[in-house]
Amino acid sequence: MEKVGLEKHTSKQFDADLEDVRELVLAMGGLVEQQIADAVRALISGESALGEDVVNGDTEVNRMEVEIDEHCTRILARRAPQAGDLRLVMAVAKTITDLERIGDEAEKIGRMATLLATQERPKSAFRQIELLGRHVREMLRDALDAFARLDSDAAIRIAQADAEVDREYEGVVRQCITYMMEDPRTIRHMLDVLWAVKALERIGDHSKNIGEYVVYFVEGKDVRHIGVEAMEQEVSRSSRSR
Amino acid sequence: MRTRNLTGNTAAVMPPPPTTERPRVKRNTKMDVCGLSVWYGDKQALHSVSMDITENEVTALIGPSGCGKSTFLRCLNRMNDLVQGVRIEGEVEFDHENIYAPEVDVVELRSHIGMVFQKPNPFPKSIYDNIAYAPRILGQVRKRTEMDDLVERSLKRAGLWDEVRDRLDAPGLSLSGGQQQRLCIARAIAVNPSVLLMDEPCSALDPVATATVEQLIDELKENYTIVIVTHNLQQAARVAGYTAFFHLGEIIEFADTDSLFTHPREKKTEDYITGRYG
Repeated sequence: MEKVGLEKHTSKQFDADLEDVRELVLAMGGLVEQQIADAVRALISGESALGEDVVNGDTEVNRMEVEIDEHCTRILARRAPQAGDLRLVMAVAKTITDLERIGDEAEKIGRMATLLATQERPKSAFRQIELLGRHVREMLRDALDAFARLDSDAAIRIAQADAEVDREYEGVVRQCITYMMEDPRTIRHMLDVLWAVKALERIGDHSKNIGEYVVYFVEGKDVRHIGVEAMEQEVSRSSRSR
Repeated sequence: MRTRNLTGNTAAVMPPPPTTERPRVKRNTKMDVCGLSVWYGDKQALHSVSMDITENEVTALIGPSGCGKSTFLRCLNRMNDLVQGVRIEGEVEFDHENIYAPEVDVVELRSHIGMVFQKPNPFPKSIYDNIAYAPRILGQVRKRTEMDDLVERSLKRAGLWDEVRDRLDAPGLSLSGGQQQRLCIARAIAVNPSVLLMDEPCSALDPVATATVEQLIDELKENYTIVIVTHNLQQAARVAGYTAFFHLGEIIEFADTDSLFTHPREKKTEDYITGRYG
């Protein structure tokens, strides 16, 4: 199948509509990425004000989701898009749902940061959180780059990174359990930490989903729920046939 | 592949056309077109086109103006024979019989493969006689009561009966555009064809009448094989099981409608259906 593009419709306004919606998704993605960065920083450094900013910032993420959704509905109603255009609109509609969920996870972490700000923090556990936070942010950035560049190969890297994040998450969980066993007074605190790393792990999952929507948009193939290896095969098969 | 100068014109027999890859679809094949080429004078309108038409399915032909889709449709019941200076090569099989074989009775052929045109064209006769005319001259029905039954049945199948039952003696031309088109469909099915060819049957109709005709097409495919030419891509997407994209006298892509409209294989198809053509 041919590589998709957004331009060159006979109707220039249609080009503009699709370009608008694509730019909005990237803007929303950038905002969400910043939310994650701020949330993790607030948690690590105990800046409760920054945590609150993240919580408040989620309103803007939600607003953008609604705005882009309206754009998609309008394009479907007025343009009746086909083929690659249709896949773009479908991919966008799904992507913003995942972005919005990522925003919710960042909000949770921000809330947690405010809650934990005054408490003492075990260094090593927080180092792990920082690392995990960096990894999932990279995943999200990769997914957004893939979306911007129509790069379906990136989806494979993101899926592989997600498997790595899942392993790191398990590591943090084990560490928390150790702390809790050593000193039951830390249980309350550690449970909060666990909520935060769970939120980060979920962000990884959502980023992986976005990568899969990029494959659907670019290749016209649904690679959800088939595992990394099968995904690799699907994507390499279609890049060969190009 | 056999080729034959099918219209009996005295023009030299052409060398066999190059074998083309044949788009194949599963299920029962009602019509099988193989290496069909058509010339109007010196101008070649179709270039060795091959296609299977599946039984009890709707096959849509789409493509820009002048791409050969109507020419293709008209070859399926030999309507092109009537065009001055036409030359047709290749084979069109209907239930495994070549419809261009010399022994074929064209009038009988067209009773098996009916046609509905772009503009509703009822006869300037009563609604009743519009339906009854062909079965009568074909000698299919002789008794008045049988004819009454046939008229009622045909109008019911075309979804028009309830609207006209009280005024069967009214002229067909007194009906609205959408009703006239359904009358033409009723007229086409009255002679019990197995294939219905439709050449942009809704392009002169308003959206409500279009929806009614599309609903009718959906119901008719239970009993008929339908081939429809349409400029309305959404209509092809709505009614057809299979869609063929024609361009410059060739089939660029032939696939099930879902695939063609969500992930076409060919760049030309993608460009056309997404509005990037030209």
